[in-house]
Amino acid sequence: MNGGFFFWLVVKAIVITFIAIFFGLLYKGIDRKIVAHMQGRVGPPIRQPFLDVIKLMSKENIVPKHAVRWLFNAAPLICLASSVMLLLYVPWGGIDAILEGHGDLILILYLFAIPSIAMVAGGFASSSPFAAVGAQREVVTMISYELPLAVIIIGIAWKLSGIGGDVFSMAFITAHPIWENVGLLGLIGIVMLLLSMIIVAPGELAKIPFDVAEAETEIAEGLTVEYSGRNLAMFYMADGVKIFAFSALIIALFFPYGIASLLSLNGVIASIADFLFFLLKVFIVMLFSVTLIRAGVARLRITQVVTGYWVTITLIALIGLVLLMWDSHVGRWL
Amino acid sequence: MIPKAFKRSLWVFHVNSGSCNGCDIEIIAALTPRYDAERFGIKLVGSPRHADVIAFTGPVTNDMKDKVIRIIEQTPDPKVIVVVGSCGIGGGVFHESYHLAGPIDKLYPNAKYFYVPGCPPRPEAIIQAFAKAWEWLEELEVKK
Repeated sequence: MNGGFFFWLVVKAIVITFIAIFFGLLYKGIDRKIVAHMQGRVGPPIRQPFLDVIKLMSKENIVPKHAVRWLFNAAPLICLASSVMLLLYVPWGGIDAILEGHGDLILILYLFAIPSIAMVAGGFASSSPFAAVGAQREVVTMISYELPLAVIIIGIAWKLSGIGGDVFSMAFITAHPIWENVGLLGLIGIVMLLLSMIIVAPGELAKIPFDVAEAETEIAEGLTVEYSGRNLAMFYMADGVKIFAFSALIIALFFPYGIASLLSLNGVIASIADFLFFLLKVFIVMLFSVTLIRAGVARLRITQVVTGYWVTITLIALIGLVLLMWDSHVGRWL
Repeated sequence: MIPKAFKRSLWVFHVNSGSCNGCDIEIIAALTPRYDAERFGIKLVGSPRHADVIAFTGPVTNDMKDKVIRIIEQTPDPKVIVVVGSCGIGGGVFHESYHLAGPIDKLYPNAKYFYVPGCPPRPEAIIQAFAKAWEWLEELEVKK
């Protein structure tokens, strides 16, 4: 912990910010293109989100008269900053996270809540009834998906605690893929945990069918109704970064495998191969957890979101957890 | 760089200021797979704060008069107003009706207007009006 350490930390954090926003917007563009193709349309070019952000930056930035000015302006900044901060803790494929060892899975889970809380604060601060309804809905959605998410994390951490070590550290989780430490019952359990994680993703990222807080046709974009220009661009970029970060988290928990050791590469080439493979994995995870669901179904009501998460998804995750426990205690006699 | 962004990213907020719903359906038709306005980056948004273009359909009724002005004022600059359909231009079949507050460009003259005549206009015509709008926005940015 000396001056040099902090200097390089700041440099890396700035570089990561640009890389994160770049990949976030890139994956957003790919997502829009695939959805358009699934609907039989040509769709916007993949660079469309970059153009949207540049355009929003050049627009006027309006603060409503009755809004709480400092909170209204701070919310998008906090939202983007905490989304980028996630990528300092989540490992990037073969490359360890920049702040590896300084924060664990529990911290990442809390960091995932901060962008949503910032949006809620911004929504309440903007003095619009639409934004207030959107903010309430966002809070309810958060309460709904946190329970199954916690069950999933507990399941994985509990299973890995059998090996011994710091079970919540990301380096430990990626070094011990959970699939290799279980029997048949456990495999079924992990698949159920993975399934519920994939359903939690659109809720966490406010995508259809769980985007009740930002429903543009019902409550006029909800949380972001009063935002324009630069502030809206920050929410827009944070959304892309969050998709990237959550996909990276799913990969770290369930698919931490690299490709370099399979191809017996080493040195810099191995890191590059692992990173490219990581980008491919992010694409596949995003495809299944965001894009296909988004193109396939319509928006739910807020009551359906709550029952869906609290009853159905929590039940699936709990059965997965119980199967993982049986795997340890009963499985050895099967 | 910025003018090119306007050329390929245009967010539209649609207001029905007393239309018969014919033009609204044609605006939706411009977004369907057959015409796919999103391939040019044209997207319908749910809030005037997000919009670059406000698409008005129908003549302005007395009840909608103050709301129309408020929506235009809520939209951040630079903005363009596209009047879709004959009603918004001269009243159309509602010409000289007792309940009309007049065409939008008389109510709010300090804005850039583009007109799409027709009852209802074809989706191609609506997309062309948006293309004209982004050309104008582009020139505006170049002048800056």
